[in-house]
Amino acid sequence: MTATAAGIDAIPEVSVAVPDEDGHGHLAEMRIDPVALFERVHAECGEIGRFRIAGKEVVMVTGAEVNEQFFKAPDSTLDQAAAYPFMTPIFGKGVVFDASPEERQQMLKNQALRGDQMRGHATTIENEITRMVAEWGDEGEIDLLDFFAELTIYNTAACLVGLPFREEIDHRFAEAYHGLERGTDALAYVDPYMEGVEAFEIRDRSRETLVELVQGIIDRRKERGTVERDARDLLDVLISIDMSADYITGVFISMLFAGHHTSSGTSAWTLIELMRHPDVMAEVVEELDDLYADGSEISFQALRSIPKLESVIKETLRLHPPLIILMRQVAEEIELAGHTIPVGTIVASSPRVSNRLEEDFPDAQSFDPTRYRDPRQEDLQNRWTWIPFGAGKHRCVGNAFAMMQIKAIFSVLLRDFEFELVQPSETYRDDYSKMVIQLQRPCRARYRRRAR
Amino acid sequence: MRVVADLDLCQGHQMCQGEAPDVFGFDEAADLVTVLQEHPDESLRPQVEAAVRYCPAMALSIEEESA
Repeated sequence: MTATAAGIDAIPEVSVAVPDEDGHGHLAEMRIDPVALFERVHAECGEIGRFRIAGKEVVMVTGAEVNEQFFKAPDSTLDQAAAYPFMTPIFGKGVVFDASPEERQQMLKNQALRGDQMRGHATTIENEITRMVAEWGDEGEIDLLDFFAELTIYNTAACLVGLPFREEIDHRFAEAYHGLERGTDALAYVDPYMEGVEAFEIRDRSRETLVELVQGIIDRRKERGTVERDARDLLDVLISIDMSADYITGVFISMLFAGHHTSSGTSAWTLIELMRHPDVMAEVVEELDDLYADGSEISFQALRSIPKLESVIKETLRLHPPLIILMRQVAEEIELAGHTIPVGTIVASSPRVSNRLEEDFPDAQSFDPTRYRDPRQEDLQNRWTWIPFGAGKHRCVGNAFAMMQIKAIFSVLLRDFEFELVQPSETYRDDYSKMVIQLQRPCRARYRRRAR
Repeated sequence: MRVVADLDLCQGHQMCQGEAPDVFGFDEAADLVTVLQEHPDESLRPQVEAAVRYCPAMALSIEEESA
């Protein structure tokens, strides 16, 4: 560290690629092609660079050394909630964005993500996926976005809220939830309630729909009266303390948010990468066939080591991280890469850029699950740049749940079906126009029931 | 080998206790991992490696020591 750190003006600013017609700086590019923006920040500016969205200076860091400073900064210095204004109208007023690390730890201790709860969750997920594919014929086509978005809503609702609640929701809940995710337009950095923005209108209508659906469930439960203690779920608890449907919906939205689009997108991309690489697909299918040959339960195996499938999921996460930028707002002056960053600045690190650093991930653009084998272990070797789950104290608390979930999903899917691409390989792409990334349509896959 | 736990990163998932129960314990009051054996026997290496690999917080590591 230098004794006299340079200020923010000394940090290089990235070039402008999309004309700044509304005076919001790089916001226009962020709404069209944020990946190109973040890649250019790194290419032009190196380990620290900056761009501007609306009235905010954003300082983006890249590389192990500065990422470590970024991820290790205490909450009192770097504030998460203020950096994500597009989330407030989704959760609703008064619903917290994220808990402090201490609260997170407390929640983990009491709640659904604890290690010893995982076995029950694995059983739940196996049941959900089995129900979803029960409607399938011997062959057919699916829309990957629809399929995985619906499946992961049921999984997260069943595991995090409770099985009774899961039985009270259907595709309408999944579709409305998807509408919320589509409401994460970066225009929220100007004003999250801006008039005439279609994404925001869809978001607000979707939230109203969710509140109505939850209100209906609450009404039916009140009519039914109290049930045995072990038949209750979180919703019964919230009703008993007289929370409104609006507030309860906000709580559920926030509980499901972090685990939904992330697991949905990662599951879809895992299948796409497997279909793109038939040799890898064959190895994974063989691994699973061997594993389950003795008739062992998915709920048992999904919690254990499935090395080839795990490597495929990790490599999918490296290339297609569900969050391409992680942001914090500076609450106390902080020094990053020798620069003093003032209060109010947004600082950021991009999983999309870090995960593809050539110096840490040789042949970084190519899909190569063997990176995670001993002794390469490129995830463990690069703790500050292999960051699909973030890093540090705020590292995704749901990552073990997510890995188990995806292992369970593919244990069922690949046991019973073969899959192949329907479209040219390169046409499977993400839609980056919103802060929550989703697969771009069309994104179809063909399935055929395996001969047994 | 020397087993290292970064207590700033530990989130209290307790996965390591499942993987290597002789090496990792848990401090209920602090909600953090405790290293029961800083220098475990080589025979425990596969267990410790699994604990390192599956730690959801990436809080564990093995440092090799020269004999």
